[in-house]
Amino acid sequence: MAAIRLRNVVKAFGGFRAVDDVTLDIADGEFMIIVGPSGCGKSTLLRMIAGLEDVTSGDVLIGGERVNDKPPRERNLAMVFQSYALYPHLTVYDNIAFPLRLAKLPEHEVRHKVRHAAEMLELEELLGRKPAELSGGQRQRVAMGRAIVRDAQAFLFDEPLSNLDARLRAQMRAEIARLQRRLGTTTVYVTHDQTEAMTLGDRVAVLRRGVLQQCAPPRELYERPANLFVAAFIGAPPMTLLPARLEDERVALPFLAVPPPPDVDAASLRSRPLVAGIRPEACVAADRVDPARRALGGAFEGVVDVIEWLGHEQYAHVAYELAPDGARALQGLAAALDYDELKPRLIASLDPGSRVREGERAQFWVDGSKLYLFDAESGENLRARA
Amino acid sequence: MRARGRIALTVAGAAIVLYALFPVVWILMLSLKADAQTPGFLPREWTLENYVTVLESGLFLSALRNSIGISLIATTASVTLATFAAYAVARLEFKGRRGVLATALAIAMFPTISLVPPLFDLWRAVGLYDTWLGLVIPYMSFTLPLSIWILVAFFREIPWEIEQAARMDGATAFQAFRLVIVPLAAPGVFTAAILTFFFAWNDFVFGISLTASEAARPVPAALAFFTGESFFEQPAAQIAAASIVVTIPVIVLVLLFQRRIVAGLTAGAVKG
Amino acid sequence: MARAARSAAWRRGEQRLGWALCAPAVAVMLAVTAYPMLHALWLSLQRYRITDPGSHRFVGLDNYALILTDPLWWRVVGVTLLITVITVAVELVLGLGIALVMHRLARGRGVVRTAVLVPYGIVTVVSGFAWLYAFRGDSGFVAGWLGLEGYDFFAGFGSSLLVICLSEIWKTTPFVALLLLAGLAQIPPELDEAAEMDGATAWQRLWLVTLPNMRAAIMVAVLFRTLDAYRIFDNVFVMTAGANGTETVSFLAYRQIVSRTAMGLGAAVSVLLFLTVVLIAWVFIRLFRTDLAPVGAGR
Repeated sequence: MAAIRLRNVVKAFGGFRAVDDVTLDIADGEFMIIVGPSGCGKSTLLRMIAGLEDVTSGDVLIGGERVNDKPPRERNLAMVFQSYALYPHLTVYDNIAFPLRLAKLPEHEVRHKVRHAAEMLELEELLGRKPAELSGGQRQRVAMGRAIVRDAQAFLFDEPLSNLDARLRAQMRAEIARLQRRLGTTTVYVTHDQTEAMTLGDRVAVLRRGVLQQCAPPRELYERPANLFVAAFIGAPPMTLLPARLEDERVALPFLAVPPPPDVDAASLRSRPLVAGIRPEACVAADRVDPARRALGGAFEGVVDVIEWLGHEQYAHVAYELAPDGARALQGLAAALDYDELKPRLIASLDPGSRVREGERAQFWVDGSKLYLFDAESGENLRARA
Repeated sequence: MRARGRIALTVAGAAIVLYALFPVVWILMLSLKADAQTPGFLPREWTLENYVTVLESGLFLSALRNSIGISLIATTASVTLATFAAYAVARLEFKGRRGVLATALAIAMFPTISLVPPLFDLWRAVGLYDTWLGLVIPYMSFTLPLSIWILVAFFREIPWEIEQAARMDGATAFQAFRLVIVPLAAPGVFTAAILTFFFAWNDFVFGISLTASEAARPVPAALAFFTGESFFEQPAAQIAAASIVVTIPVIVLVLLFQRRIVAGLTAGAVKG
Repeated sequence: MARAARSAAWRRGEQRLGWALCAPAVAVMLAVTAYPMLHALWLSLQRYRITDPGSHRFVGLDNYALILTDPLWWRVVGVTLLITVITVAVELVLGLGIALVMHRLARGRGVVRTAVLVPYGIVTVVSGFAWLYAFRGDSGFVAGWLGLEGYDFFAGFGSSLLVICLSEIWKTTPFVALLLLAGLAQIPPELDEAAEMDGATAWQRLWLVTLPNMRAAIMVAVLFRTLDAYRIFDNVFVMTAGANGTETVSFLAYRQIVSRTAMGLGAAVSVLLFLTVVLIAWVFIRLFRTDLAPVGAGR
């Protein structure tokens, strides 16, 4: 078991930097998630820790030792690949025993460890089968078995659940969490799914285009995102982003003005282009608002475009009016975040029992105190200053 | 890819290229030797005399003519028949489909030399001895298996629906074949043609057994008999010059079509 | 699928079309092989000397008995097997090496691939001549380079065989390399990475992971090469014409044509060669089938 430290790590392919100056500390025994959209460099980062990719510059330290020049097989790390990479010509037993046999462990010890791992992952009945005869979920567990059977310094997971269907994914998420808690091994887990990131990790590192955006426990990422990208990436349904300005001591949204949140230096924000972020829970049906709080926000009327009903939750996508320069600002925002487009829709949270229908007009209220404010150019979270 | 291994890999690659081309370079050197009886890699005296002699030799020229003509005819005929057969095997359902493929495989494994005595008798009886046709037919027999295997692999890649779409658009079966299937299978046909040509060009066994004169003797056979013609010792340098002349078309084909050749070899053979 | 809906008439039509399209190819293939083989078989059961036409008569398996009890025959078979084993083994190892390099090479792959096809396309006879002259004392350079001035490579059995094998190996290794490369290409790269993470050295990865997953390609390569190697002819003809005991079975058969005296015997040799090849192929295909049999459940 060991701590892993990355110091100013860079991976460049010619002029292109897949990983750009990343510094990250993973504590011994910690479950660290690295998350980000496709192409953000997370897999490359993981592979550099594994030793499967050369480090262009910077240092990778495992257990205090600089391992840049150490080949993977000397780093004593266990890896679970996205495609599982099971040896097709070997049985499940032999697959799991493979690393142990390479380490020249005596056969009785091998047998003991393999059976122990198989028991942990409920693979006992499958030991004689070959990978081709297993289902996706079973193969995934064999891949994990092969990893946990060793006394590795750390586990590296490269999007291990991507190839599973939704239900299995949820199941395996719980399994992995349980396993990690039980074994206490340092784990680095790469995924593009922010739900996995939020539910599994002790800390989550958000990567974008090779640059580390923020590394913090899930709650902090959610409540105090460092910038626009993190705020938009984390949270489902996602935060609604709108162009905004501070005018007359109020935050002017395209269709509404609300009082600014309390921990913001209003003076410095005047006449600066801003982006406001509204999480679904910050926008509710107007008739549900506690009168005492009414003044902290603002009400508006809008047409409900789409209703998402999830049983215990309900969301409304409310269309709002946008002036032409507001529309341009929105487009610019979309481009900056690498989205195809951003529609002028505000996602509001409804009471699960609410019977509001699509196409109807309804009154909504936005809570100013829960508003997020970002600098439109740098993307920096202006509330985090406070 | 780790930087460490890259240098070793490049060196290995260079070594392989050296391995492949060294004997060819050697033959080239030999062909430029003024006196073939002198040992050594590089010629002590350089000359193009050997090429002149070879290219003026009626023997060699007629052998060259024979090789080109016979190879081209055999290739055309063989590929045509193979295309029809491969189309049938790949896209139609009929009894004996497997039998055709099995026959092809069996023929490919045949020891050609075994056929020479009976074929010799047969050809003499029928009047095909020492003729172009007498070589074209055996060449076809032995190139059909590989061509069929390659073409079957290529035909299998073409989706059914395209042909049906052409028929829906009003084409007759033959038109669909000619205008849709053939162009799509063209790469495969091309590859089969190249490999067939190599076989015919390369043949030695039939060349020496089923011919007796310049009328039909192809180059490989002629090379072997170069020796007994006008010199007591083997005119090594001239044989070398003739060899280079014969190798040029091969190199040209390889340079132009290396991708196709590799695709054909692997597609046809690994299906086994 | 539309197939199920086809009528019987359509199926008959398809049957006929199928046969019609295959017939010419099959006819040509069989014409040159079936009839001559049967003729050879028939001839092999006769005693037929051209010099003595009157003694032509049916002798059953006498010719075969004669051959199979002749030590020359067994010596020739032995030499042929020796050449086969040596060349196939070396080609496999060398071919694997070349395939591995070509597989990993990114830049320059096209150049190597093109170069490697040249031996494949070269006329075998030309290759034979190249190696012959290289090793000959009077025109070649090998003796000089190895510091063995005056050594005649073609004076003895061992050294003659060596040169024959070298020519054969040089020319056909590319073919083996390409087949093995195809086998390599369909192994997912993560397998090698996973093995590396598990602690395997490069050698262990090759032996424990890569090769076992290339089994099919290896078997195909070995099958084709063994059949080809057993039938070796061109190189022997050009280099030694069978001298120094380097005669192979094919060459023996050839000599029968040239001498044309004991036709029955000659035909018998041909038939024996044919049967041997069939035997080799049969053995391989059996091995193939059992090895690639579908994986069943359980240990």
